[in-house]
Amino acid sequence: MSILLSNISKQFGAFSALSNINLEIPEGELVALLGPSGCGKTTLLRIIAGLEQADKGRVLLSGVDKTTQNVSKRGIGFVFQHYALFRHMTVFENVAFGLRVKPRRERLDNETITKKVHALLELVQLDWLHDRYPDQLSGGQRQRIALARALAVEPSVLLLDEPFGALDASVRKDLRQWLRNLHHELNVTSIFVTHDQEEAMEVASQVVVLNHGRIEQQGTPSDIYDHPANAFVSRFIGQTNIFDMAEQDADWLQIAGLLPTQKESKIAHVRPHDIIIEKTSANQDAPATLKDWQHLGALIRLELVKNGSNANTPSVFAEMPNEQFKQLALSRGDKVALQIRQAHWFQ
Amino acid sequence: MSQNSIMPGFRLTIGFTVVYLSLVVLIPLSTLVFQSFRLSWDDYLHIITNKRVLSSFYVSFSTAIVAALVASFFGFIVAWVLVRYEFFGKRFFHALIDFPFALPTAVAGIVLATIFQPSGFLGKLLIDTIGVQVAFKPLGIVMALIFISIPFIVRTVEPVLLEFEASMEEAGASLGATRLQVFNRIIFPNVFPALLTGFALAFARGVGEYGSVIFIAGNLPYVSEIVPLLIVTKLEQFDIEGATAIALTMLVISFLLLFVINTLQYWVRKRSGQL
Amino acid sequence: MNVIQLPVNKLVAPKPQALQDPDWVRWSLITIAISFIGLFILLPLGLVIVKAFSKGIEAYWSALSEPDTLSAIKLTLITAAVTVPLNTLFGVTAAWAVTRFDFKGKSLLTTLIDLPFSVSPVISGFIFVLLFGAEGWFGDWLVQHQIKIIFTISGIVLATLFITFPFVARQLIPLMQEMGSQEEEAALSLGAGGWRTFWSVTLPNIKWALLYGVLLCNARAMGEFGAVSVVSGHIRGITNTLPLHVEVNYNEYNIVGAFASASILAALAVLTLILKTALEWQQARR
Repeated sequence: MSILLSNISKQFGAFSALSNINLEIPEGELVALLGPSGCGKTTLLRIIAGLEQADKGRVLLSGVDKTTQNVSKRGIGFVFQHYALFRHMTVFENVAFGLRVKPRRERLDNETITKKVHALLELVQLDWLHDRYPDQLSGGQRQRIALARALAVEPSVLLLDEPFGALDASVRKDLRQWLRNLHHELNVTSIFVTHDQEEAMEVASQVVVLNHGRIEQQGTPSDIYDHPANAFVSRFIGQTNIFDMAEQDADWLQIAGLLPTQKESKIAHVRPHDIIIEKTSANQDAPATLKDWQHLGALIRLELVKNGSNANTPSVFAEMPNEQFKQLALSRGDKVALQIRQAHWFQ
Repeated sequence: MSQNSIMPGFRLTIGFTVVYLSLVVLIPLSTLVFQSFRLSWDDYLHIITNKRVLSSFYVSFSTAIVAALVASFFGFIVAWVLVRYEFFGKRFFHALIDFPFALPTAVAGIVLATIFQPSGFLGKLLIDTIGVQVAFKPLGIVMALIFISIPFIVRTVEPVLLEFEASMEEAGASLGATRLQVFNRIIFPNVFPALLTGFALAFARGVGEYGSVIFIAGNLPYVSEIVPLLIVTKLEQFDIEGATAIALTMLVISFLLLFVINTLQYWVRKRSGQL
Repeated sequence: MNVIQLPVNKLVAPKPQALQDPDWVRWSLITIAISFIGLFILLPLGLVIVKAFSKGIEAYWSALSEPDTLSAIKLTLITAAVTVPLNTLFGVTAAWAVTRFDFKGKSLLTTLIDLPFSVSPVISGFIFVLLFGAEGWFGDWLVQHQIKIIFTISGIVLATLFITFPFVARQLIPLMQEMGSQEEEAALSLGAGGWRTFWSVTLPNIKWALLYGVLLCNARAMGEFGAVSVVSGHIRGITNTLPLHVEVNYNEYNIVGAFASASILAALAVLTLILKTALEWQQARR
């Protein structure tokens, strides 16, 4: 089911949580709502679900206006941040809940419900836990049960609030991949909220970046990474070096091969892997000095200090593959030349 | 015995606690048990199966159960309203809940008797409108016990409602449940163990209650005479044996009931995975 | 999907909050709750005041300044003055023993501390008659040594001690359990002695709960009726506490006298409630 949000605004007292949100999500996508905490992403998700009511604007699901419809009639599946499993019910009863509360005419018979619940539990690979209570499960297991429970009512949209937020780092990695595969299998339009850009890039087919209650950019992960719409998105997604032309960086940048493309461009954002490092001889007039480096697995991150700058100017970070770094055979204090391949310019 | 920490004062505090507990509670209470050994089994049965004694047990336990049930129903509503809704004077009503707990029982007794006696404010109203006399009947005892029970119910249910996760309700709604279904299937089952505790406390207190009841009860043998009053009556007649037999029976029944209710509660919690 | 052009919705949308109960449900429940509290709590409270002053303030004063009333007040105060400190001392000691150490029989001890709560007040008085009464276990010995306990203030104090036994301990045990002993361990590791640790680390942490327990203990000590009634013998001017004095007056159809004494006890209850609420706010602020 496609989702269309038109002019959504929401105030909490004097605080404007969302202002004029317009968003279109085509059917079958797996979308990440990404932003720092307090940016309004959870509120937006709750408005789509009908758990919260927007002050202004409309919510359309498959072209039908659902703005004032109660959450229980919207046909959405919601997975809560802390799962909100019913602690007095077994895993089986939790998943069966949505089927049992249907009006008598629409309700399936008990046998069908049993079959369906077991099928769902098998889908999330936890059928063997069907008679346990939520308090007896691990975080990752609860998460998958919560998902099975939401899927039981065959929602046309699946909404997940910080689905991996409360999990250990190792479990989180596995579940990300698992959620992506599950989405491929079911192909139900899904939206999840996250503050972790890595998670958004890894799992989602579309990323919506939010800040201060506004949409900063919407696009595929590669769109957003390679063509950030503004300085906020560029800073928020991945690592970046920031050069301000107003702070006399122009000459230095010219040596590094960086020229403003337009007159009004004043700030350059450079990804660490877009900086190429070359070793120079000791007496040559080099632009930077290698201060330190860190191993990031396959990559090495180099911390460089601009020559002739005072102690307060921020370091420049560059990244290169491990192999290449070994070949350069650099040591701390070595002077290096650098070449900037590409930059994003902002005003 | 073992200490788990470097904490000082183990011997001193445990010694004082056990000695004081024995002197003030255990030894006095055990006299009841030892005193009853002086009775033969036949004597005991003779005292207990006396019709007046049996009716007093019936009166005490039946009124305590009815009162605890009524108080559980209304107490739940009061706790719900105090936790969930905003209204004018909420804090004032909140503070009032403990009044029955703080008010000496004798005062509660004469006040309730005055209100519900046939010439009293509500007593007259009830007789005139629906023809029901409250005072000097078992109904009067029930009224007094409801008064006593209120704080027990409200104060045990309130914290559970306060801590109840709103997201569980939202989850229920998002799965298509109506508001009533959310209450019946999600909220109530989670609050039920606390309500049961409150009920048990109210019931246990109600069975033994004396001061607030005797003024309103009328104390008619076979009709509105409660067990504690019968014990006092036996004592005033210097019938120590009779008083002992009745007191011991009552004590044992109360402990058994508490045990049953505790077990039930353990079972409810265990069944719902809360243990 | 087609892109639909939508007119801007300028109206503020209605807000059916997902979790809100319908208005009619909310207002009916509030009405039921307030009526119930009004009938069972506000009405009795109002009645004490109205009845006490029903024959005018002078009648109220003369009822209060009667020698028997004054001696009842005195006896009530003495009883509370003896029992409350003793049970407070016990409560703190027991809470320390139960929450700071692990030992066999700990849960049994905790259960036994709560025991007086589940004993009928009348039985609580009765057991002291069995011990110290004329026909009691120590009856003969007491008579020989000319000591009287039952029908004297000693009996009243003993019965009240039993009744109010768990109040302070019961407030402190859950709190100290939850607090854990890390702060005390820190103080001890810094070289503080046991007493010093208690006074400067434990006591400041538990003081509000302690006051709360003392307050409840005191209210019950001054207001206890059933247990005291069994051991006192109802001797006017000598062994009548204030609650017993209320009963005597009431049974003699001295309604103003009964309600004058009752109003003192009701005022005590109201004061207890006010202090209790203040303590709760104090605790909530922490």
